[in-house]
Amino acid sequence: MTDQATMNLVSFEDAVSRYDPLIGLETHVELGTLTKMFCGCPARFGGEPNSLVCPVCLGLPGSLPVTNRMAIEYTMKIGLALNCTIADTARFARKNYFYPDMPKDYQISQYDEPLCTDGWLDITVHDPAAGDEPRPFRVEIERVHLEEDTGKSMHVGSTGRIHGAEYSLVDYNRAGIPLVEIVTKPVAGTGALAPEVARTYVAELRDLLRALGVSDVRMEEGSLRCDVNTSLAPRGASAWGTRTETKNVNSLRSVARAVRSEIQRQAALLDAGQRVVQETRHFNEETGTTSPGRSKEEAQDYRYFPEPDLVPVAPSRDWVESVRAQLPELPGARRARLQREWGLSELDMAALRNAGALDLVAETIAAGATPADARKWWLSELLRTANKSGAELGDLPITPADVARVAQLVDSGVVNDRLAREVIEGVLAGEGTPDEVVTGRGLVVVSDDTALTAAVDEAIAAHPDVAEKIRSGKVAAAGALVGAVMKATGGKADASRVRELILGRLS
Amino acid sequence: MDDETRPGEAMPAPDRAGRDRASELTRMTAAELAAAIAGGQVSALEVTDAHLGRIDAADGQLHAFLHVAADSARAAARAVDERRAAGDVLGPLAGVPLALKDVFTTTDMPTTCASRILGRWRPPYDATVTRRLRQAGVVLLGKTNMDEFAMGSSTENSAFGPSRNPWDLARVPGGSSGGSSAAVAGFEAPLGIGTDTGGSIRQPAAVCGIVGVKPTYGGSSRYGVIAFASSLDTPGPLARTVLDAALLHEAISGHDPCDSTSVDAPVPPVVAAARQADVSGLRIGVVPELSGEGYQPGVLARFNEAVELLESLGAKIVEVSCPHFSYALPAYYLIAPSECSSNLARFDGMRYGLRAGDDGTHSAEEVMSLTRAAGFGPEVKRRIMLGTYALSSGYYDAYYGKAQQVRTLITRDFEAAFEQVDVLISPTTPTTAFPIGERADDPMAMYLADLCTIPSNLAGNAALSLPCGLAPEDGLPVGLQIMAPVLADDRVYRVAAAVEAALTQRRGGPLLDAIRGPAGLPAPVLPTTARASGHGGSSA
Ligand SMILES: [Zn+2]
Repeated sequence: MTDQATMNLVSFEDAVSRYDPLIGLETHVELGTLTKMFCGCPARFGGEPNSLVCPVCLGLPGSLPVTNRMAIEYTMKIGLALNCTIADTARFARKNYFYPDMPKDYQISQYDEPLCTDGWLDITVHDPAAGDEPRPFRVEIERVHLEEDTGKSMHVGSTGRIHGAEYSLVDYNRAGIPLVEIVTKPVAGTGALAPEVARTYVAELRDLLRALGVSDVRMEEGSLRCDVNTSLAPRGASAWGTRTETKNVNSLRSVARAVRSEIQRQAALLDAGQRVVQETRHFNEETGTTSPGRSKEEAQDYRYFPEPDLVPVAPSRDWVESVRAQLPELPGARRARLQREWGLSELDMAALRNAGALDLVAETIAAGATPADARKWWLSELLRTANKSGAELGDLPITPADVARVAQLVDSGVVNDRLAREVIEGVLAGEGTPDEVVTGRGLVVVSDDTALTAAVDEAIAAHPDVAEKIRSGKVAAAGALVGAVMKATGGKADASRVRELILGRLS
Repeated sequence: MDDETRPGEAMPAPDRAGRDRASELTRMTAAELAAAIAGGQVSALEVTDAHLGRIDAADGQLHAFLHVAADSARAAARAVDERRAAGDVLGPLAGVPLALKDVFTTTDMPTTCASRILGRWRPPYDATVTRRLRQAGVVLLGKTNMDEFAMGSSTENSAFGPSRNPWDLARVPGGSSGGSSAAVAGFEAPLGIGTDTGGSIRQPAAVCGIVGVKPTYGGSSRYGVIAFASSLDTPGPLARTVLDAALLHEAISGHDPCDSTSVDAPVPPVVAAARQADVSGLRIGVVPELSGEGYQPGVLARFNEAVELLESLGAKIVEVSCPHFSYALPAYYLIAPSECSSNLARFDGMRYGLRAGDDGTHSAEEVMSLTRAAGFGPEVKRRIMLGTYALSSGYYDAYYGKAQQVRTLITRDFEAAFEQVDVLISPTTPTTAFPIGERADDPMAMYLADLCTIPSNLAGNAALSLPCGLAPEDGLPVGLQIMAPVLADDRVYRVAAAVEAALTQRRGGPLLDAIRGPAGLPAPVLPTTARASGHGGSSA
């Protein structure tokens, strides 16, 4: 096994200047069907260990699988949304290998007759080397197939892995949850954009799956899991290099990091005249690097054969067409429409997507805010808060309706921008609706002239030099006095009214 | 018990003269018993007790049962009696006792598949067949012996010792459903349930002189049948008469939403066909590939007599060649082991059953390996290895793939044949029951026992074995196999019933009356004390 430490480090920029990366992605998605793939147990995340099980998903002797029609339909939805061909006849196959968290010691999957084949997903990445110029890529889809998930092992002991564990516990609640695997064809021609193409593809796929309503696609809970294949070939070479498969990359950021780190690692190996071993690798979230797992030499022979317990799936053309007719507006089309409607630039839209704010902004607009206001509040104040606490925007305890209300309060002059930030802070702190926070914290702007005039007079008296400048026609200097008044009133003054009063006094 | 068994000794039928009522009850057919119970001439409890008594007396020698469930059997019988007393209309098999092969899951009895690897596992659910039997008021006497995981033709592969043939206790009762066939032929139960993967119902029925039926694949549910080869396994009835088999066939059949391969079609009218017993005008094909060299002369003699008999009954006999049948056996021994290698993977000691090597010094992987090494018998291991090899990357096309092609050719042979004739017939087995131990070390010789039965498993069509006399050279029963197209199960009953009626008339009584025990062995008498559950050699 080659150790990275013995090798000269290669910077990413250097690596991609001399090697062409080829990437491929295999994405596993747990479907959000009511019941499991082959039995009637709830397909639910969590629950007491081994409480959502039955003889079928426990693989008890004598039990038999029965295909979940809804899972077939969801898979067809995904296939159709990815422009795939839906097979006339698809078949389940057994993938045989021994592992304690696999109830039957084989997984019912699909092998040479998957349900969906030959599609594509269009994505756009921004090329920082070319002024963030949008670069479209078409990621071709090889297949979309359906299988059952395995149980979950917990290895108790120092290593946390099965080897060296003192004992292991297995929870079979997850066993049998329908799992769709979406496999891309190799994506070439990405160059330095390879990590970003990988990340954007997964993000686009996630949005697509969410829009289809077939999965809750939560990477952190494992309902969307990614394996990333990477290989390098010297620039201009005709043959592709040996690929590695980095398993279970479980966040968008990690997808990009895993590709980046593999490119650097493989470049260092190739520079040193060594060969890349075809193997499975693990991605380490902390170091951002990969480490070797099973190598191909010791890889298993899964002895696939057609699942004799199940009849082939033969979706009728009518069924396929009725599923196609039910497809919602897909994210790509929707984004194009919203961008047009909101009058935003490509980059603005990208920023919204990257922040996961697109739906939130759309809902905020639907609740009455202008596109500019909705975008402003989510991308500034709220994004900062989310980043600080490491939360997703959507997980913040504030609704789009709240944000729309805050924008409205500013518009109608009840609060100013500064107070509005305080209102948001109050909502996030659980003090109630925006209106309740305004009342509770006493945040209403002071625009009562008697109260303001006193403060204005104090400010003029305290800053005679500034007052003189204004008198002599330097109106711009009024800002300093407005600031003083705002400070004196704890920010609650209506700034524009204060300015009018100052100019009135000193004219 | 083995010490007392001398070669050539038989298990005599219960006293024919009706010396006691219990003996008489064990000699009655299922149809007769059900009628007597429904008519109030006898209680279901008395019928059950009579059979438990017979088991008590005979099973020490037959070893048909791995587990006798006396208490729950009596409870089930009492429930039938109560329903009758309450004025309920009873089903056609209510109160009739039955011997269930130990491959079906049962919540109230162990389920071992005659293997050590299942340990003391108690299934938390009933097989569909089990459930349907209970619903029909059938009384489950217990679980019967079999070849481990249904792999074998003699019950010698049982981890708990072989069952014995009532005709000759030194011979095998066939297999893998040999426990059920021995129980029915030995009058321990009027009905038995088996599973037929390559002949595992028909072959034991043939060598024990009873009726055994492999329904159309998917006609009876596999849910709760511990799988040997999923694309071949078919539950079916064993009985002493064609009508009894038909009644049982009907009781267990029909679509089951829990089994995707279950046929969603009406159950063929098998009971009506068994009562029709008429072959006039039927076209019957004799398959030349299923006779000739290697067949015991007495088997061929009895088979030829059956052909003549059918002709005399008005059937039109023609020869119909099925050229690919000669490849059925090798194809079967690739397909069945391939499926079994995967089906039996789950027995790894992780979740249920035996666990070996769990002493803190072995990894999970090693525990799996040690468990399988300790828990599986040699024939099961042989087939798992065969199947693992046949499915391996690089060999798949040459073995499993090729075997599936052969399977298609055999199916086409049947389709072509059934364009010319209504049913096909052949001997059920090339030989009569062989002595225990004779083929135990020669797997190939053992596999030949299923030569004639395997084609119908590969094609999935219905087939029945009917006793058609005794081979002159050894005095042992010979089976006539009748094969019909997929979902035409009624035809095999119609033909079998006609032959049965003619042979019974010619013989002057049932074939099983020919079982002659040595003088002095008493006919079974109902014991006066209630029998405890459990039985020697079982799941201890
Ligand atoms: Zn379940």
